[in-house]
Amino acid sequence: MRFQYPTNIRIIRTPCTGKLEVEYFMRAFENGLDGVLVAGCEEGSCHFIEGNLMAKRRVNYAREILSESGLDKERLRMVNIGAADARPFVEVIQDMVATVRELGPNPLIRKSPPDSGTIQKQETRV
Amino acid sequence: MIVAERKKIPELVEILQGHRKILVLGCGTCVTVCLAGGEREVSIISSALRIASRVGGHDFEIRELTIERQCDNVFIEEAADTIEEYDAVLSLGCGAGVQAIAERFAEKPVYAGLNTSFIGILEERGMWTEKCAACGSCVLHKYGGICPVTRCAKQMLNGPCGGSREDRCEVRPDRPCAWQLIYERLKKIGQIDRLKQIETPKDWSVALDGGCRVIVREDHRI
Repeated sequence: MRFQYPTNIRIIRTPCTGKLEVEYFMRAFENGLDGVLVAGCEEGSCHFIEGNLMAKRRVNYAREILSESGLDKERLRMVNIGAADARPFVEVIQDMVATVRELGPNPLIRKSPPDSGTIQKQETRV
Repeated sequence: MIVAERKKIPELVEILQGHRKILVLGCGTCVTVCLAGGEREVSIISSALRIASRVGGHDFEIRELTIERQCDNVFIEEAADTIEEYDAVLSLGCGAGVQAIAERFAEKPVYAGLNTSFIGILEERGMWTEKCAACGSCVLHKYGGICPVTRCAKQMLNGPCGGSREDRCEVRPDRPCAWQLIYERLKKIGQIDRLKQIETPKDWSVALDGGCRVIVREDHRI
């Protein structure tokens, strides 16, 4: 059961995906992240009843605004995975990294001034 | 409260073209409650504009600020120094707020970031509905507290029309027929006889048709 997921991601833990706000996604992309994958519990099994359903709506709203802003909405995606589902977890990360790699780096990094020290440059960060 | 919704980002970018230092100004009153122009929406729209600016090759420098109430000079003054520093203001207030800011800063371009929609209430979580048309001559006492001017698609004062389907409006089948609601409400409060009275034409001279309305209270003037 030692599955390997791509090493160019950083996992940020939250108490529940319902904790995530639209502002978080906007700031993430503004700061140069190439992609954000929100992994919530399966629908119907949220410990907080509807946290993952709230997250789903917020992610959809953020995708709409990102798209209007000129970023491909596929850079932000939400999936529902059970806590014990290791293989699907690895697969969605691989799929997300492949999608983001195809889209290329966040254009905000490419167009940032050369002396900008606020954005870390990595090949692909999800 | 006044209910509004945001303009799309491409429209805002087009409106703001030609300006560099832009202040996105939120309002802490009605548009905060209807989730259109409060502190959080200022943050989201500012982020979106910064992203759109970089992607589109614009040169926006955006700052965020939210004041308690944009339609009140007392609160506008709190933001005066900041506003003076910027080339333009994108107001996320209602139409009254935008104009109040524009009147106070006569030489500063002030743009509306929202489409002000109506006077309404939160009907369900995330859903607002119009309740008042601000017609200037309230008739709610005659209709059990349900406004036919706002909620009947045909603004009928002697309804219902022939298109009422069960309890649905024929113009908006997703909405209830206002006259069905009026009937049920008058029955519940024991005033069903009101429906036998024929309502005469409404006085529209006090509505918006006569141009911008002004109310003067001499007892409060200095």
